[in-house]
Amino acid sequence: MTGFTVTAEDLRRTFDDADVGEVVAVDGLSMRVREGELTALVGPDGAGKTTLMRMFAGLLKPQSGRLSVLGIDVAQDPQSVQDRISYMPQRFGLYEDLSVQENLDLYADLHGVPMDQRQERFGRMLEMTDMARFTERPAGKLSGGMKQKLGLACTLVRSPDLLLLDEPSVGVDPLSRRDLWKIVQQLVDDEGLSVIVSTAYMDEAERCAQVFVMDKGRLLADGSPAELTARAKELTFTALPPPGVPARELQARLIDARDLVIDAMPQAGNVRFIKQPDAGDADLRQLLDGIETEARTEELEDAFMMLLRAQDKDAPAGPAPEAANTQRPATDDKPVIVVRDLVRTFGDFTAVASTSFDVARGEIFGLLGPNGAGKTTTFRMLCGLLPATSGHLEVAGRDLRTARAQARARIGYVAQKFALYGNLSIRKNLEFFGGAYGLRGRALKARINEVVAQFDLDPAAQSGQLPAGFKQRLAMATGLLHQPEILFLDEPTSGIDPLARRAFWRTITALAGTGVTIIITTHFMEEAEYCDRIAIQDAGEMLIIGTPKQVRARAGDGAGQTMNDAFIAVVEQHRENSRSRQVAA
Amino acid sequence: MLFLSQLLALIRKELLAILKDPSSRTLLFAPALMQALLFGYGATYDLTHAPFAVLDQSRSAASTEIVARLEGTGVFHRIATLENTSQIAGQIESGDALLVLQFQPDFAAKLAGGAEAPVQVILDGRNSSTAGLASAYVSSIVAGYNADQGATTPLTIVRRAWFNPNFESRWNLMPALIASLSMLQTLMLAALSVAREREQGTFDQLLVTPLTPTQILIGKALPSILVGLLQSTIIFLIIRYWFGIPMNGQVWLMYLGLVTFTTAAVGLGLSISAIALTMQQAMLYTFIVIMPLMLLSGLLTPVQNMPEILQWATYANPLRFGIDLVRRVYLEGATLREVSFDFIPLLAVAAVTLPLAAWLFRHRLS
Repeated sequence: MTGFTVTAEDLRRTFDDADVGEVVAVDGLSMRVREGELTALVGPDGAGKTTLMRMFAGLLKPQSGRLSVLGIDVAQDPQSVQDRISYMPQRFGLYEDLSVQENLDLYADLHGVPMDQRQERFGRMLEMTDMARFTERPAGKLSGGMKQKLGLACTLVRSPDLLLLDEPSVGVDPLSRRDLWKIVQQLVDDEGLSVIVSTAYMDEAERCAQVFVMDKGRLLADGSPAELTARAKELTFTALPPPGVPARELQARLIDARDLVIDAMPQAGNVRFIKQPDAGDADLRQLLDGIETEARTEELEDAFMMLLRAQDKDAPAGPAPEAANTQRPATDDKPVIVVRDLVRTFGDFTAVASTSFDVARGEIFGLLGPNGAGKTTTFRMLCGLLPATSGHLEVAGRDLRTARAQARARIGYVAQKFALYGNLSIRKNLEFFGGAYGLRGRALKARINEVVAQFDLDPAAQSGQLPAGFKQRLAMATGLLHQPEILFLDEPTSGIDPLARRAFWRTITALAGTGVTIIITTHFMEEAEYCDRIAIQDAGEMLIIGTPKQVRARAGDGAGQTMNDAFIAVVEQHRENSRSRQVAA
Repeated sequence: MLFLSQLLALIRKELLAILKDPSSRTLLFAPALMQALLFGYGATYDLTHAPFAVLDQSRSAASTEIVARLEGTGVFHRIATLENTSQIAGQIESGDALLVLQFQPDFAAKLAGGAEAPVQVILDGRNSSTAGLASAYVSSIVAGYNADQGATTPLTIVRRAWFNPNFESRWNLMPALIASLSMLQTLMLAALSVAREREQGTFDQLLVTPLTPTQILIGKALPSILVGLLQSTIIFLIIRYWFGIPMNGQVWLMYLGLVTFTTAAVGLGLSISAIALTMQQAMLYTFIVIMPLMLLSGLLTPVQNMPEILQWATYANPLRFGIDLVRRVYLEGATLREVSFDFIPLLAVAAVTLPLAAWLFRHRLS
């Protein structure tokens, strides 16, 4: 461990944006990355992680500062750096029509890997990625997680001196994410490979020897996970809400008290929180109002949240919910969503097999599952985007097969990626969707003014040019314009940073408080803790439906068990069972 | 009422989307204007500058007279006077001369003797229609000479062309553009409208609103139809007032036909759009469709000249009947009853494609 793979001094890189002007991506950053180790770059969206990675790889030139990678000045001689590193961008360029083997061959050709080394290298890669069975399958037919593994295998067709991975686990389900990290870990242990990985997941950063925390192009902190975690020492607690009080209501109360609490998250039925170092005990006691707390071992995530919160103290906690009272309206017993024996097939492929469940009014219902599990198909059927093959489907008291338009009038929908008219202003978008939902005249104007105020939007701004966070606010405003009974959210938090995610969930929990039913899909398992109930699907089958607590119980006990572990356990148990059933048959 | 107010919101959004996008904004006027002028000036079969060469071996008064008459038309220009027959081939092959006029050495003698005296015309047949026109010109000039010489002609044909007295091909072509040029734009606009939304993800957001497929269909079709009619109007005005081609029929009847025709074209475009998943696909499908539509429309070649099986295929082609309808109303002054048959295939195409598109909105899976 003598050398450094990367030495950067005062790096700076800006981009010209036609609409916003100059954007500083990396701003006077200096760092040294040690050799033979796993190093993480963490930071919220727009922190400059990708820009930095691309500069390491010699794909972007820094505008000022010095950067040397593997002892070579990258700006002077990018080619010799590229000859010795392997870089996997966020979206790896697989050729979807080529088979797994053909993709490997192609990348071996491109990197000039000698023929005699190939068989050995391919064998090792296929074994590590567990893809030897699929060599003939076209890459386009692989699931998201498998594609990512193949991307990694193609990146590693030759043995590099440094491996750069740019957010390799974005949009990848927990099982594939675990497999991916197993491979990376193995390479570091066996070959002494130096790896730099950027990630949004703290549990991934925790595996690394050194972590660099970035925000807005600057380095906030660096050190080993243990060193960083120590920053949150003695500030972390768990609040135990009394029975009958949903954890998310307590969480909302805590996170709103920004003077006293840095961060709060529901977990395992309780609320974990970080208190402000200067928060008075008396104030805190008053806030907790008799609710019991326990000290909790600090984690890297806590330190990360502290660093980020310190950065933007004035950031709004999130759009203020329209009704402050978290009192739930009297719930009638009738569920708002009734699903009976729902089936959807595509040709001879069963995407969703006979599924039944109910969702009650005001519930937050999470749909979880690995990539390709059928949760998107279920979700699309529920909001009327995809006709069911068979089964009964009732939404807001209307049969979705016979009274589709009436059912749709009572639901709101927020798509995964921005799906509004980018070249129209915020007001024009709201006017159109309001009109489409049958609002007009004064009522429409009044509603538009309300949501614009609620989500703090500028009606004249052109929607396509908004920053990501504001785009999502607009999408939420549009989805709520007609005051729907049910709001559908398709992976609303993928690709947004932890702070924005907290703010987003604050809005959601407030909405649920006013009696709006929320149906949500997510890849972030810890977000399942906000849900009243969650459903986990795999291979089109419903594995379990229940409260987060029930799901954890079913997965097997262990008090410190995270939702992520529970999810993996449930899916694996199921896969194991169906395998043994097949064997028995 | 609710139906209409929802629809109005959609139509307003569609029109805004067209007008806000600079590229689709220019698409509204520029191509129609430019292509109408290009076709008007550029695409003509008329013989206006026909170069020819003469090999006059008789060197007689008669041969000189005929050549003088030919040049007197203002259409034929003598570019060479040849010395011997071996030079003929060179003139035609190089394309310098459209035709070579040859008088045999005994031409004058035969003529004087009252015998048949042939004038040989060698034509460049590579462009058959121009060659045909030129040869017809030459025959009529020779016939005129004969008549002046008092030669007895058993039969004289007196031609009078109706609807286009001077046989100007521009007259034939340009009214057809009112239908065909605007179709190019509307088909493309309609084909991109749904595909663009699918590609950008906005179509899902549209489908979860309570708008019914019928409302979406009308909301998507009407703006495209309006744009199509606007284009037709631009071309119509250019033809009528810039090129001064007189209109014999009723304007309202032509517009009734255009509305029907444009609706059929938009139906076709929306069906393409509903099938396509991306704008690129929509564009590709449109190009594949446009070529046969144009070829089988009778725009450039009469439908009656096609093999029977292709003639049958033209019944599915809205452009054929759109062009027929506009041409006949414009040039012939045809009445509604006379062109009523043209409406049937147009309405049939619209009746198939529009519901198909509406069905595909929801049932096309990505």
